[in-house]
Amino acid sequence: MAAITSQPVVSVKFPGWIAPLVILVFAFGIVPFIGSSYLIEALLLPFLALSLAGVGLNLLTGYAGQVSLGSAAFMAVGAFAAFNFNLRVEGLPLLVSIALAGGIAAAVGIVFGLPSLRLRGFYLAVSTLAAQFFVQWALTKFGWFSNDNPSGVIDAPKLTIAGIDFDSSTGRYYFALIVVTALTLFAWRVASSQTGRNFIAIRDNETAARIIGVPVLRTKLLAFALSSFIIGVAGALWAFAYLRTVEPAGFNLDRSFQILFIVIIGGLATIRGAFLGAALMVVFPVVLSRLGSFLLGDLFDSGVLDMSQRIVIGALIIAFLILEPDGLAALGRRLTGRFKRSMPEPVG
Amino acid sequence: MESFDYLFFIEVLTGGLLSGVMYSLVAIGFVLIYKTSGVLNFAQGALLLFAALTFVSLVERGMPFYLALVLTFAIMVLLGIGIERAVLRPLVNKPPITLFMATLGLSYVVEGTAQLLWGTQVHALELGIEDVPFEFYGVFISQFDLFASAVAALMVIGLTLFFRYTRIGLTFRAVADDQFAALAVGLRLPRIWATVWATSGLVALVAGLLWGARSGVQFSLSLVVLKALPVLVLGGFDSIAGAIIGGLLIGASEKLAEVYIGEYFGGGIEGWFAYAIALVFLLIRPSGLFGQKLVERV
Amino acid sequence: MVNAHYTVLDETSAVREYSPLPVSSLSSRSVANVDSNALSRPPILAVAGITLSFGGVTAIANVDLAVQPGEIRAVIGPNGAGKSSLINVISGQYRPDAGNVSLNGKTYKELPAQKAARLGIARTFQNLALFKGLTVLENAMTGLTFQRRSTFIGQAFGLPRARREEREARERALQIIDFLHLGHVHDRLAGSLPYGLQKRVELARALAPDPQILLLDEPMAGMTATEKQEMVGFVRAARDDYGTTIILIEHDIGVVMGLSDRIAVLDHGRKIADGTPAEVRADQAVIDAYLGVAREDHEEADV
Repeated sequence: MAAITSQPVVSVKFPGWIAPLVILVFAFGIVPFIGSSYLIEALLLPFLALSLAGVGLNLLTGYAGQVSLGSAAFMAVGAFAAFNFNLRVEGLPLLVSIALAGGIAAAVGIVFGLPSLRLRGFYLAVSTLAAQFFVQWALTKFGWFSNDNPSGVIDAPKLTIAGIDFDSSTGRYYFALIVVTALTLFAWRVASSQTGRNFIAIRDNETAARIIGVPVLRTKLLAFALSSFIIGVAGALWAFAYLRTVEPAGFNLDRSFQILFIVIIGGLATIRGAFLGAALMVVFPVVLSRLGSFLLGDLFDSGVLDMSQRIVIGALIIAFLILEPDGLAALGRRLTGRFKRSMPEPVG
Repeated sequence: MESFDYLFFIEVLTGGLLSGVMYSLVAIGFVLIYKTSGVLNFAQGALLLFAALTFVSLVERGMPFYLALVLTFAIMVLLGIGIERAVLRPLVNKPPITLFMATLGLSYVVEGTAQLLWGTQVHALELGIEDVPFEFYGVFISQFDLFASAVAALMVIGLTLFFRYTRIGLTFRAVADDQFAALAVGLRLPRIWATVWATSGLVALVAGLLWGARSGVQFSLSLVVLKALPVLVLGGFDSIAGAIIGGLLIGASEKLAEVYIGEYFGGGIEGWFAYAIALVFLLIRPSGLFGQKLVERV
Repeated sequence: MVNAHYTVLDETSAVREYSPLPVSSLSSRSVANVDSNALSRPPILAVAGITLSFGGVTAIANVDLAVQPGEIRAVIGPNGAGKSSLINVISGQYRPDAGNVSLNGKTYKELPAQKAARLGIARTFQNLALFKGLTVLENAMTGLTFQRRSTFIGQAFGLPRARREEREARERALQIIDFLHLGHVHDRLAGSLPYGLQKRVELARALAPDPQILLLDEPMAGMTATEKQEMVGFVRAARDDYGTTIILIEHDIGVVMGLSDRIAVLDHGRKIADGTPAEVRADQAVIDAYLGVAREDHEEADV
């Protein structure tokens, strides 16, 4: 009979954990010393917050296949809840406030995720829009959320953890970096576990998943809960570490689309995709603005910039969906020649 | 107990219904495209904006009304064909949600282009109908709203007749029913899709003009798409009748809710009430009032 | 018989050979020696009086079916006869308008699909319901997910129970993958495999939890003759080695005649014949409806 020989596709490659380790060392050890205040404030902090939001959305939309158009609403819940916990509960450590805020966002996520038990595809996407509009309205309408500020604006508290002041720009960078690293690690662990496989199973074929015994209800709600928790914390980071002053309008539909675009461009169902997409989203307006004023001079005012940005982002989305639906993550994989998708080492 | 002000109720109801007609008009554009290609075109609102902006800018530059209308229609048709060829055809075998996300990107491109070309200021659009309310048995009705409803009704009748009795309409329905069968019978799909997008462009033009005249031509016009979605959810994505009834329902209940229960919420519930209704409805009937029930075959 | 030898370069670069599938060996369940004498034993699965219609069209009309433990039972018939619908009723996807399903003596009006796995029922699908975004190994492991007790927290933090379950699931999945000669592709994405292998992956996923009853909905559809031979070997080995009862829908009559112990024939939603292959082959009603003229001297693909 035939003897079939199969060659392994990859002969020599570095263990999978080298790259993230190098990045982390760079991020923790080197960046704060070479990065200017502008780099941190204008680029790195929003990058970190948006990446985390992307990681959260990816769990829900990329892995579990539940399309959500309302992610900004959960960022808003996280931001405002953290603000209120910190303000109203005496002596509550900041990290606990943020964690609790994530919990609130998770609870809201479960509520707005309930329709996913009956709805699919477009219908589900439309119902997530309900979350977007409702949350924005509630946060603006009820002054309690913003401590009766007339425009619904909230100010970030001083970032102090265990007595250490993280309020400087470098401090806020470390703060955000620690939170993002921890939660990304957690998300990666979930995605690599059987829970993550259950997410993918539900995405790829819900009917089959149900028959083989994947607990569909529970898994979908878990996806919403975990995703919203992470997005909520991302929202708190956005408010506390980056902007320092936020209002409900900053968490509008455009923001929700921005996060969705991040995961599409970056690569659905990959953890690193969120970071690649967020990097692009944060860096490209700056590049476009510089390029525009260089090429067109005075003609290139802020209106033109805004519109050009819109066009380029929209075009990028379409281009990625056509050419590389697996996003930048897949592009990167192709470049480094890793074709085989390998399962992480078993835990046992 | 004060007596219930019936006249006021009817006024609000009528206003809501007429407003709902406007929603239906937008929704019909969606239904056209969804029926024939299964794509939920999120960019429909952007197309509306593009049409309205183009028309208004041409008129402001001195072009006569009807010439501008014809020229804008031509541009919309070209735009529609271009979109079909550049965006949809490359994605033809992808799952519907991918196409939806592509139309999301498309809406950004069209919005950006429209405003890059014609500027971002607000324009007033004059259609020659004065927005003077007239009285009908004690109820005040907006003349403009009535005109809009008449136009919408004409359009719906025209489209229905078109689908039922013309050759092209028949092919549309064939394609909507089963694309492979249509191919097998020799129908040329690309041509049909181009026609569909052109028709949808026409609907976008009409809706854009009406909406623009009502609330001014500006960026927020593209956000009407967000109002059309609950209508589609209620009425089903593939039914014109559903779009009309859904629009009327949403329009009426939105206005009534704002007036009668809005005070308990502090007002402003118009923004999300439509979605709340749609959601409640979906949970009872996951495919809408008139939509086709999706049977999953394994 | 399947005698293919596969040589695989696995992670340790050792050359491995798959042994030919054993013809008979010990198994945990008693393998029914199926002939008409054994029919007196209680059936492991029985459906009685099943009627099912979709919006005016009757898919199944008053069908009974009894399946003995360890038997390979085929359900055949022309297209639209109601075979897939019957399988869907058994696996709990459709609720019958009338009739019931009995499993191991317990009767259900409607078998909830979510419970099917726990009740020992597994199935494959006509249109390939693989998880294309998971590897072959992950697909098989997901077939075992219903047995897990660990939570997402336990799995994420690597708690002992989660780690043990993961290890055991992986071992069991590798066993099945080996059994089905899929070892050389175990870490390839299921969606990237050729069609024939994908069908086998679906079988692996279904067999992973060692189900009592395996429902196969056209498992050989679209396969080449060689692939069919191999699949027949695997199906038979599943019954012989693991004692799995198998209900099979299939259009290739040669395969069906050679593989099954008993055959039920459906036509327009009704059962028109039920018996051994020899009996069914000679049944006039079956010949009229489905088989055509009986050929005594020319057998199809003899397996």
